[in-house]
Amino acid sequence: MDLNLQEVNATEFPVPVELENNIAITSLSQLYNWGRRNSMWPMLFGLACCAIEMIATASSRFDFSRFGFEVMRATPRQADLMIVSGTVTKKMVVPIVRLYNQMPEPKYVLAMGACASGGGPFKEGYNVVSGMDKYLPVDVYVPGCPPTPQALLYGMIALQRKIDGQSIANGDDVPWYGEGPAEPTPVPVLGPDIIDPRQMDMIRRQAESAASEMDLLGQRELPALTQLVAAKVETAQAAVAEAGPVDEDALSVVLPTGGTPWAEAEDIREKRRLRALARKALRATRRTAQTEGE
Amino acid sequence: MYGTGLAKGLRLTLRHFVESYIDDLRYGFRKYHHSTDNFGIRQGTQTKGVITVQYPDEKIAVPERFRFVPFLIVEDDDHPTRSGKDWCTSCGICAKVCPPQCIWIVRGNDPDTGRPVPEPEGFFIDIDICMNCGYCAEYCPFDAIKMDHDYELASYDRTSHHIHDKEKLSKPNSYWRSIAPTRAYDEMLVRGTWEHKDAAKEARRGSASSRASSPQPAAQQAASAAAAETAAVSAAVEAETVATAATAEGATPWSEDDAKREERRRKALERKAKRAARGG
Amino acid sequence: MENLAAAEQSVERLSIDDSIEYLKANHSQAIKLDDRDGYEGVIVDSDMLVDIARVIRDELGFDYLSSATAVDYLGEGDHMEMVYHAYRSSGGGALVFKAQTDREAAEIPSLVSVWRGADFQEREAWDLYGIRFPGHPNLTRILMWEGFEGHPMRKDWREAYYEEEQKPFDSRWPGGHVHRAEEKNVFGKNVSYPPDIDLNRLMDTSEEAVYQSLGLGVDIERIMDKDGFETNELVVNMGPHHPSTHGVFRMLLTVDGETVTSLEPVMGYLHRNHEKIGERNTYLHNIPFTDRLDYISSMGNNHGYVLAVEQLMSLGRKYNPPTYRCEALRVMMVELSRIVNHLWAIGFWLNDIGAFFTPVLYFIQERERILDFFEAVAGSRMMCNYMRFGGLFGDLPERIKSVSNLTNDRVRDYNTMQFLTEMINERIPRTIDELEVLLTQNEILIERSMGVGILSAEDALNFSAAGPLLRGSGVAYDIRRADPYSIYPELDFDVAVEEEGDMYARYRVRVTELRESVRILKQILPRLESTQGESIWADGKPGAYAPRVPHGESYGRVENGKGELGYYIVSAGGRGGSSNPWRYHVRAPSFINLTPLGHMSKGHKVADIVGILGSIDIVLGETDR
Repeated sequence: MDLNLQEVNATEFPVPVELENNIAITSLSQLYNWGRRNSMWPMLFGLACCAIEMIATASSRFDFSRFGFEVMRATPRQADLMIVSGTVTKKMVVPIVRLYNQMPEPKYVLAMGACASGGGPFKEGYNVVSGMDKYLPVDVYVPGCPPTPQALLYGMIALQRKIDGQSIANGDDVPWYGEGPAEPTPVPVLGPDIIDPRQMDMIRRQAESAASEMDLLGQRELPALTQLVAAKVETAQAAVAEAGPVDEDALSVVLPTGGTPWAEAEDIREKRRLRALARKALRATRRTAQTEGE
Repeated sequence: MYGTGLAKGLRLTLRHFVESYIDDLRYGFRKYHHSTDNFGIRQGTQTKGVITVQYPDEKIAVPERFRFVPFLIVEDDDHPTRSGKDWCTSCGICAKVCPPQCIWIVRGNDPDTGRPVPEPEGFFIDIDICMNCGYCAEYCPFDAIKMDHDYELASYDRTSHHIHDKEKLSKPNSYWRSIAPTRAYDEMLVRGTWEHKDAAKEARRGSASSRASSPQPAAQQAASAAAAETAAVSAAVEAETVATAATAEGATPWSEDDAKREERRRKALERKAKRAARGG
Repeated sequence: MENLAAAEQSVERLSIDDSIEYLKANHSQAIKLDDRDGYEGVIVDSDMLVDIARVIRDELGFDYLSSATAVDYLGEGDHMEMVYHAYRSSGGGALVFKAQTDREAAEIPSLVSVWRGADFQEREAWDLYGIRFPGHPNLTRILMWEGFEGHPMRKDWREAYYEEEQKPFDSRWPGGHVHRAEEKNVFGKNVSYPPDIDLNRLMDTSEEAVYQSLGLGVDIERIMDKDGFETNELVVNMGPHHPSTHGVFRMLLTVDGETVTSLEPVMGYLHRNHEKIGERNTYLHNIPFTDRLDYISSMGNNHGYVLAVEQLMSLGRKYNPPTYRCEALRVMMVELSRIVNHLWAIGFWLNDIGAFFTPVLYFIQERERILDFFEAVAGSRMMCNYMRFGGLFGDLPERIKSVSNLTNDRVRDYNTMQFLTEMINERIPRTIDELEVLLTQNEILIERSMGVGILSAEDALNFSAAGPLLRGSGVAYDIRRADPYSIYPELDFDVAVEEEGDMYARYRVRVTELRESVRILKQILPRLESTQGESIWADGKPGAYAPRVPHGESYGRVENGKGELGYYIVSAGGRGGSSNPWRYHVRAPSFINLTPLGHMSKGHKVADIVGILGSIDIVLGETDR
């Protein structure tokens, strides 16, 4: 793929009009994202019906290589993207989590189809996990049963847009540049039913209260949405505290907005640009204040 | 001789390779030009060689019967009397016939009388469960729920995006007619009117006097109007047919059935009244 | 004396009814007629089951055990029942025999010694119903994991998201306030634990514990050394994530050097509870679910299921058989999906043995054309959901036409019949010719596949193999001819059969079947023309959305691309029948065809195993259900 100068040029820093086509300013993030999003190699890994549509997407008619998805790697060690294509069963989620842990970072998960997103038509079944996001962080959800190859391509483009919106300065976007090794996702255990090690305490409590015939009510897991929003608000507040008073609108930045999926990404990028400008202005004022002081 | 089979096979792959270029030459790269015919050639039975669709610069439009997640039909905004009104009467058949049970309907109640009204108060479809089977659309007696053709639904967050509520599900009737003109037309023929069944019934009651004046069945009128327009139904024709349907509900094939049904209903009510009297 | 000998001879050709009479006459103490309303066959005293099975196989000649499945009659007699369907490889109907047992302490002698094809099916019955089979060589769980709590197909077993016994659920309408099932479940992950759960026991993830329960066919402790594995024999784990296991299938190989000494298939990684959900569903609900069994050929799945239910419905009073046009359309769709299936199967088999992706791409290109047709007619590329009881979703549209909706949409517009004619007369035959040029004489392919994975005719029958696997071993058993259904009797086609029983023979069978399918399709085209305008509905109008099905049982089977696909359906309830099946069982060819995999793989190299698996042609949606 050619390097699109226009794209690379679109930084958060304003360039004088007369210099626009003569110099290229880019941020490291932009370059990094450009490289990363155009070389996403999915893992050759199919679960169910959706896998057939995934193969169709990889074949000559739809050909996802055009977007840099290029080749599917059979080993997780060479893959950047896990397309969870199909029903995730309790028996299978164990290897899936293990595979995810084996993928090198940066890594992404795309939940393809209704089953991988939220359980799908088989959700009520006793051996079906109601959504891959119960165990792994999912970046893009592609609904449909199965999604047509074009719907999958749309989802993949959505993933690229998401990557575009990430910044290497933001630890939430790129946790893999944090200090120390990344925490592996705990691998579930197959017991009398599947057991998520993260829920051990809860299961123990539940078993104890069941043994003592206590009412189970009030110990339910928080609805996912509440949890999610709470987490996002938390990060947003942290960002506010860190960046100072200039970005009061950080809260609305991260909360999901309506519209097309990449409207969110655009939105985030725009807000980030404004924040950067504000920081710059702040620094400029400080500098003038300093020189005046001198 | 050893190797002939191999050589033959390799020649075939070579032919496939060359063919894509021959095809390009034959159609003079016309086949990549954006127009209906050329795309038809490339994606049809006659094509040879590479058939890649350059999504998203060009997308294969889906056929009329294509089914993705369902949507609800509401009356167009410019409808004279019922603009924005649901076609759904919350009868619940779609919820019953849904194999993975992903449809939730809250039936509306009249706040004064407490009796159910033919309009859903809430309508939810969990697209994480939906299996796109199309039963809801197939068995809906009011043609009020249809399968959408918009498959570009990917999102970053399923908790907030993947339960479609009534607002998100509702799409105007004209949208359905634009994505599936032939089917919408066929349904109209079965229903006997472009209007919603109930609206047509009301209109018929309202314009009972005009019945004698227009002997031609409305279905035929609408049919000729729609047939003249071939596929895409313009807004003008729509308004026209709406008008004909509203004014000229004549001796339509279903009116007899309706009369019978009305008769039955009346009898049933009488029986009920009698029973109530006896019980009292 | 002579008479007796003649009688012995003719016993093998007795009709089903006479066979039952013969059984009753000779083994009256063990045989009881099944006289329940709408049921057929005999009930065998379970102590005598193995002996009677031998009589059925050896004396009466029913040498092919098609299906063996369990039914839980809780509240309907409170017993467990195993139902066996045996056929003659020469053709004809089924001899149905059953064995009953108590629900608690359920025990029925194993039939593996008579038909090895019962192996996996009995393990499934143990796994899902908790019926023990004394005499079974390896009675372990097959779809769920060892240690799973309970036997989920029992009628009194309830899953974590249990709502009601049968659909439609009351919570959907009229007060359908939306919720996600996980919000009401304590753990939110579709799990429930027994109250006395012992968490410490579960942390045992040692090598022995992992492999012990899998029935490797080897003594893991013998192989294991104190310091690790010995080198002379090695356990190699393939899958469930492996590019050539066609999905989430797992094989445990014990290898001596490069040579496989034993192979144990491990499945259930895509067990999505098709049957449990199917028993909650109404009859109609199940049709789209069958699409997701063998998701390569959903039309065939639909066909088998509607045949089974129509068979039951025909017991009722008001029943009209499907119209001729409906049957013709059904056959056309099924044959098209057989072509899709075989192209896919051959393509991915080639992938497995090293021709990485070039042939597949050619075949997928062809498949896309057929899928375009399916999409235009049935509404979806893969999950066609096309057939209904006594009819179809819709007739052929006049034109295969798309309408622009999204930005950059490019529309197509073809005449349907012209599209079909061109496809059947030109495109598909051309592709098959290309396929043959590319492969049939290819020396590498021949060397890789000839003489590998041999299954003899006797073994194939005994293992209940079906489809190309059976016919590749020299048994000309094709249900379309052996036990005809739909309009196949009047169609002119040959049963593909090859004698060698190796991978190459199976490939040849598939190619011949492709050609035969084209031959059938060419006969269908004029039939479609001549029935133009005929209703596709048996009653002239679309069927009801909640049909009531009369009391009884039925077994509908079709020759699907992968082999014999059967549906065993029990309709219980009152005299009026029921709207939900009491038992809904799928006799999945991919599942049962895996039974001989271990036998076929013995002595081959590891690299050949993927080829042998590919030549069986499985699809995991059907294997695990």
